[in-house]
Amino acid sequence: MWLSDNHQALSNMKKRTFPHGIHPPEKKFMTENKDIEFVPPPDSLVIPCNQHFGKPAKPVVNKGDEVFLGQKIAESDGLFSAPVHSSVSGKVKSIDPFVHPGGNPVPSITIVNNGKEERDPGILEKEISGEKAAALTPADIREKVKEAGIVGLGGAAFPTAVKLNPPPDKNVDCLILNGCECEPLLTADDRLMQKYPEDIIKGAELACKSTGAKRIIIGIEDNKKKAFSVFFERLNDYPSLFPHGERPSREAVLLKTKYPQGAEKNLIYALLKREVPRGGLPFDVGVIVQNVGTAKAVWDAVSRRHPLYQRVLTVSGSGFNETKNVIVRIGTSVQHVIDFCGGMKKDANLLVMGGPMMGLVQWTPDVPVIKGTSGILAWKASAEPYEYTCIRCGRCVSHCPMGLVPTHLAQLAKYGKLSEAENWGIMDCVECGCCQYVCPSKIPLVQWIRLGKTNVSREKRKKSA
Amino acid sequence: MSDQHFIVQSSPHIRDKDSVPKIMYTVILCLLPALVASVYFFRWRAVMIVLTSTAACLATEAVLLRLRKKPLRSVLDGSAAITGLLLAMTLPPTLSLELVIIGGVMAIAIGKQVFGGLGNNIFNPALVGRAFLQAAFPVAMTSWAPPVTLQVDTATFATPLAELKLQAAAPEALTSIKDLFLGNTGGCLGETSAFALLLGASYLLFRRAADWKIPAGIILSLSIFTGIFWIADPGKYASPLFHLFSGGLIIGAFFMATDMVTSPITPKGVWIYALGIGLTVGIIRLLGGFPEGVMYSILFWNTFVPLLNRYTRPRILGEGRQT
Repeated sequence: MWLSDNHQALSNMKKRTFPHGIHPPEKKFMTENKDIEFVPPPDSLVIPCNQHFGKPAKPVVNKGDEVFLGQKIAESDGLFSAPVHSSVSGKVKSIDPFVHPGGNPVPSITIVNNGKEERDPGILEKEISGEKAAALTPADIREKVKEAGIVGLGGAAFPTAVKLNPPPDKNVDCLILNGCECEPLLTADDRLMQKYPEDIIKGAELACKSTGAKRIIIGIEDNKKKAFSVFFERLNDYPSLFPHGERPSREAVLLKTKYPQGAEKNLIYALLKREVPRGGLPFDVGVIVQNVGTAKAVWDAVSRRHPLYQRVLTVSGSGFNETKNVIVRIGTSVQHVIDFCGGMKKDANLLVMGGPMMGLVQWTPDVPVIKGTSGILAWKASAEPYEYTCIRCGRCVSHCPMGLVPTHLAQLAKYGKLSEAENWGIMDCVECGCCQYVCPSKIPLVQWIRLGKTNVSREKRKKSA
Repeated sequence: MSDQHFIVQSSPHIRDKDSVPKIMYTVILCLLPALVASVYFFRWRAVMIVLTSTAACLATEAVLLRLRKKPLRSVLDGSAAITGLLLAMTLPPTLSLELVIIGGVMAIAIGKQVFGGLGNNIFNPALVGRAFLQAAFPVAMTSWAPPVTLQVDTATFATPLAELKLQAAAPEALTSIKDLFLGNTGGCLGETSAFALLLGASYLLFRRAADWKIPAGIILSLSIFTGIFWIADPGKYASPLFHLFSGGLIIGAFFMATDMVTSPITPKGVWIYALGIGLTVGIIRLLGGFPEGVMYSILFWNTFVPLLNRYTRPRILGEGRQT
C-alpha cells in the first residue's frame, strides 16, 4: 500500500520543531486506529450560552418553544462572542444556570430531544458548488462563519469570525493549519484529517480568501504518519475552489513529536521561524493559525450553512472500559458519552476534559460537552506527590517553550510581587505545563503562575478603572 | 449520576517520574566508583572516614530538622548523604575521625540548615565543611599519606600540586599523567582517581542529574588558562592535562560545582559560572599562594549565583519584536 511504501521516506524526512518543550508518553495507541463513531444524542441536552472566549450569547428562544436541529437558540452579543445552536430537535425545557466544564454555573438552555432530528430549513442538503463558494466575498464568508457559531476547536474556543478578520494594517500572507494534536492521548484530529482532507483544504482556502493569505501550510507531528501521508502524498490532487492563479499554495510539513508543538506561537516559529512579539497576535507576523477541525467547520458553514452543533473528540485513558474517537452533539452530558463507551472503571478518580497537559478536571460527569471539548479522559491518579522545596535544578527553565523562568515566576506570584513577576514575563506564560511536568520537586508551578497572572490582570483593571 | 468521587486539581495532570530523592540517589550511585577506588588506594582509613562523615552529616541533619520542626523525611532525601560522601572524599586520608565529625557537623549546620535546609543554601555544604577544617586545622588538612599501592618509604608525602608549587621537581618527572589518571598518587580520599570519578560522572551526565555545561565550562577555561602558561614556559608550568587530572578538579567540576542548589538556573548564568570557576582555579594554582584552588573557586562562584540568575534572564520568545 502506498502508505507503508512511503513510511521509510517519511522517517528520513527533515522535521521541523521549536526549542525546548517535553516528550511525555504519547499513549495515542489507545485510539489512533479507531474510526470516528457517532454518539446518538440523549433524551435531554444542556447547551451552555458561554462556549467561547468572550461574552456569553443571549438566548433567543423561550421556555416551551419547539426548536429544530441546528436552529439558533442564542444570539452572539457583540464582536467577541458567538451564537449557539440547538443540537437536536425538540422542546426548550428551561433556561437556567447549569454546571459548566469551566467550573462555574453559566446560563444554559435545556432541550428535550423529540428524536425526530428535524433539521432547521436553513441548512442546505447539498454543498454549494466550488464556483459559488469561490465567488463569495470575504465579508460573506465571515458572516456565514459567524452565523454558524464557529469557534476554534483546538480548545481555546476563540470566535473564528474574529480571527478571519485581521486588522487592515496587518498583511496576512500565510494560513497555518494546525494538525499537531500534541497533547498525549488525543487522536480526534488525527482521525479527522484522515477522513476529511478535502473539506479541511476547502475550509482553509475560504479562510485564505477571507484574510488575504496566499499560502497554506499544514503542520503535522511525525507520530501521525497516516494523516501526514493523506496530505503530503496527494496534496495538490485535492480540488481547489479557485482557478489557477488565485489558488493559495499548499505545503504539508512534518514536525517532530514534541509538546507543545501545537501551541500557536511555537508552531509559527517551527514552521516559519517567525516570532510573534510579546503580547502580540499571529497577525503581527502575517499569520493566522486554524485548527484542522475548525477548517472543516468553516467549509461546512459556508457550503451548507451548517452550524457548529457537534464535534469530534477522543474518549481515552485507562479509566474507561472502551476508548473511542466519537462525534458528539454539543450539550450531550459527559456521562452519556461515558455510557456509550461502556462506562467508567470503579477506581478511576480523575476526569479531564481536554488533554492531560492543559485539560480541565471535572468533579462530576454531569457536565455538557461544549465546542472546545477535544477529549474526555479518565484514569486512576496517584495521590498528590510530596512537595519538596525547589532545588534550583533549572529543568523548568530549560524546558519552557516561551523562554521563561517558571520557578522564579511561581515564587514571585506566591509572595505577591506582581510588578516584578510582570517584568519576568509572567503574562507570556501560555500555561502549557511543561515546567510542572518536569519539576522533580513536584511544585505546582502552573497553579502559582496562573494565580499570579490573574492577580496581575486584576491590578491592571483596577489601575485603568 | 455516578457515585464516583473525582479529584479536583490544576493542570497539568501528568508528571515526569523523576524526583528529588531519585536525583540525589543517582548522584550517590555515581560516586560509588570513586569510593571503591579510594578504599583500594587508602584501605581501612578510607572506609572509616567515609562512614564517619556520612553518619555525622545524617545525624546533624536529623537533629536540626527536629529543632526547626520540619518533617524528618527530608533526612532520607539523599542530600545529606551526598554532603557526607563528598566531604569525606575531599579529606586527606590521615585526618583523625574527630575532625571528620566536626567537618560533617559544620557542613550541614553552617553550610545548609542555617539557610533553611535543602534548596536554600548559598554554598555547597560539603565545601563549607571542608573550608572550615582547612581554616581551623591547616596542618592536619595538609598532611598527606601515600596510597598503599605506591611503594615509597617516607611517612609523609606531598601531593603532585604541592610539589609543583614548591618547584621541587618538574611535575611530570614526579607523577606521570597515567598515575594521576588512575589515582595512584597522594591526595584527598576520593579525588585522586580521575578514571573512577569520570566513570561515575558519565552516568551522572547521562541521567541529567548534573548539567554538562558546568564541567565543560570549567575544563575549557582551565585548559585555556593553564595552556597559555604552559606554551610560554613548559619547563616551569605543568600542562593543562596535568592540571585537569591533579587535585580536586575532576571531583569539583563534575560533582561539586554541579550541585543544583548552588549553581545558576539560567543557561547563560551556568556558562559564566563554569568558565569563572575554571579561570579562578587556574589563577589560584598558578599565581596564588595555595597549591590547590578548586574548593575556594567553587565557593567564590557560589556567591555570585543569585546575581547571575538575576542578570541572565533568558530571552522570552518574541522579546524585542515589534507589534
